[in-house]
Amino acid sequence: MNKTLNEPILRLENIRKSFSGVQVLHGIDVTINSGEVLGILGENGAGKSTLLKVISGLHQATSGSVYLDQKQIHIKNPAVAKKYGIAMIPQEFNLVSTLNVFENVFLGQELKQGRFLDKNKMRERTQALLNQLETHLDPDALIETLSVAEKQMVEIAKALVHDVRILIMDEPTTVLTNQEVAVLFRLIDKLKAQGVTIVFISHKLKEVKLLCDRLMILRDGHLVSIEPVAGLNEQEMASKMVGRELNQIFPEHSQASTEIALQVEQLSINNLLHNIEFKVHRGEILGFAGLIGSGRTEMAEAIMGLRKKNSGKVKIFNQDVIIHAAKDAVQHGLAYLSEDRQGSGLIMNFNLPENISLISLKKYIKGFIQHKKTTESAARYSEQFAIKAPSLDSELQYLSGGNQQKVYLAKWMDTDPEILILDEPTRGVDINTKKDIYHFIHSLTEQGKAVIIISSEMEELIGLSHRILVIREGKIAGELIGKEIEEQKIMFLAAGVNDKTPRMEPIL
Amino acid sequence: MSETTELGQNKMTNKIVSETAIQPSVLSRWIKSISLTSMAPLIALIVLLILSAMVSDHFLIPRNLTNVLRQVSYTGIIALGMTFLIIAGGIDLSVGSMLALVGVLVIMILNHLGDGWMAVMIAISAAMALGAFFGAINGWLTTKGKITAFVATLATMSIFRSFTLYISDAGEMVSRNNLYSDVGTGYFLGLPVPVWVFLILAIIGHILLRHTAYGRHLCAVGSNPKVASYSAINVSKVYFLSFIILGFTVGISAVMLSSRLNSISPGDAGLFYELDAIAAVVIGGTALSGGKGTIWGTVIGAIILGIINNMLNLSGVSPYLQGAVKGFVILIAVLMQYKRAQ
Repeated sequence: MNKTLNEPILRLENIRKSFSGVQVLHGIDVTINSGEVLGILGENGAGKSTLLKVISGLHQATSGSVYLDQKQIHIKNPAVAKKYGIAMIPQEFNLVSTLNVFENVFLGQELKQGRFLDKNKMRERTQALLNQLETHLDPDALIETLSVAEKQMVEIAKALVHDVRILIMDEPTTVLTNQEVAVLFRLIDKLKAQGVTIVFISHKLKEVKLLCDRLMILRDGHLVSIEPVAGLNEQEMASKMVGRELNQIFPEHSQASTEIALQVEQLSINNLLHNIEFKVHRGEILGFAGLIGSGRTEMAEAIMGLRKKNSGKVKIFNQDVIIHAAKDAVQHGLAYLSEDRQGSGLIMNFNLPENISLISLKKYIKGFIQHKKTTESAARYSEQFAIKAPSLDSELQYLSGGNQQKVYLAKWMDTDPEILILDEPTRGVDINTKKDIYHFIHSLTEQGKAVIIISSEMEELIGLSHRILVIREGKIAGELIGKEIEEQKIMFLAAGVNDKTPRMEPIL
Repeated sequence: MSETTELGQNKMTNKIVSETAIQPSVLSRWIKSISLTSMAPLIALIVLLILSAMVSDHFLIPRNLTNVLRQVSYTGIIALGMTFLIIAGGIDLSVGSMLALVGVLVIMILNHLGDGWMAVMIAISAAMALGAFFGAINGWLTTKGKITAFVATLATMSIFRSFTLYISDAGEMVSRNNLYSDVGTGYFLGLPVPVWVFLILAIIGHILLRHTAYGRHLCAVGSNPKVASYSAINVSKVYFLSFIILGFTVGISAVMLSSRLNSISPGDAGLFYELDAIAAVVIGGTALSGGKGTIWGTVIGAIILGIINNMLNLSGVSPYLQGAVKGFVILIAVLMQYKRAQ
């Protein structure tokens, strides 16, 4: 591996990229140094992922040149990138779930003895890599039995099989819990000490500040700045990203009413949830905190009729209701924005009107679907939420994550819900969109709607909620109201009394 | 509403947003709707028509053209139903055997009822009901029984054919009703009745697919069943119904075919119809992976197949080679789809 530090390793010159006529990158010039951690910040649609995909060979630049060690190279595909020591860990993992760890690590680059696979050697090499990564993963474990963080480790091991000089990570921390993030950060530190250059996309300013040497900020396909992170504070980063001063991110709380909107009693699911009971009032935001896997999403799915429950009563505005299927829940004014907008939220090959009207389609039917009305309504929402899309007719797959999320919100708003359950409402969304979403949630409570927020982002829960319930292993571990709400207390309840790791704090 | 002011203020201050905020554009929709990708089957058809006219003088004779359309309509009607099922993410290999079974049963019913238009009407209704019922069996096996459509219908393909042979004793079934053959041999405004039935069903199918909640739900289910179920759609019901729709079209096709011949031969009626129907759907641009497709594409796909057969016949190509040509056309259609997807 390259041991010379802080010398230019990769230079990008005037990189431009357009997709079917829409310019996404407008001539980016950047020099990346060896052994540095370079952070990339930018709003959704700023061109971060596109730029990294150009470097890692997944996309071809429309024009511009790439130099590695002063020599011009042409990165035609990911295999070529790998040959040059450039590897990327994508946001969505590319692992075969029915194969085990070492088979995945060596997928497409299998070691052979004669004509046959040399499984022992691959197992040994994988074990060595996993040791280097300080994980206790078993090389023979099946991928489908692993947690998200473990899968990420496998992806990293896969990248390290070849001598990697530049390791690109696209939002690696979004899917991790705080403890797992701490492990990842230690690992990045180690790789850096070995002279590996890390390029790191994140939406979390704190993380970037903590981890990176230099920071590159993109806005709308242009390079805004690239400079040492030491001289920047979070406020400055945010305003550079957005191109204006960000005022208050979280709105003031509105006054909750005393009228109970949703009441859940004795909700249990085998091995997952035990006797969950809570109430939400009109105009109130109730936060659900807990570690990943604590059962919060399953709880929401059970309330919506998407998952079988063993017991449980649901009352809406003091009326007992029976919910067998999502259709019943929607009829009673419930809405559930799931945490996985691509997997369970939106139809990626439908356009905006088709997606927005999918649940509320009845409204638009007079004998047949009134296509004009669905288009008008989609136009209204895209103006209200400032949705950026090539056109209303664009399939959702061509929108950035933040804009998809806005379409997803619009889809549920179109059902005229009274009670909204929002599961990770700002996952993978940039600061500016986050702020829009927070203010929108606030405006919902002012209209007297009841809102439940499930989130792994502490700041978000604390900033928005009137009240927080902490779930641990399928049980309500505690309730925090108003001024009692503190990060420390939440973590304490979420992790249990014995586990005293409060929050990932600097390991660097 | 306060969110409008919040977001409105945001819009004013954020130049990027206001510049690219979208407007519904009639023009862009129109351009998109006639884009090359969706027009590929139609262009292929036009090219084929010109080629055929050049190759054979007989091709453009009206009688030849109506004959081609009549030939196309039997599998074409089934292909319409198949389009629904394939968009939903399924497949049905049993339609050929199902057609033979319905055909035999219809003639048995007819011969039991005797003469007269009333008997014909009852028999036709029975054919539709039987087709829908056999479709429902396939649907039930895949939704309730959780057997993949490919395997379930592979099994029923064998079962339906076997029952057909058993109840008919493997002998040709001839209708004794003297009016029945008028249905399949009749003409209306210069076109054979089966062609009219094909076109009318295509229009109904198009409306069902494009302009009703069911059609929208069908595309959603085929594209991503999880998203569909989270969007309060009853996924298995939608999927189940698409099997019934297909069965219904098979029933109608059985009437058209058996009334044209006034008989049905249990051993080879409908043989390989499943392949022709699937081929028409695929040539018409509907992806086998589901989620998106058009009825008019399927109509064009079926006509393309029919013209190719006719052209090969007219130009004296060995019948043994016709299957190969059909195969190449399917490959080209799928390769073009694949290129488009990239």
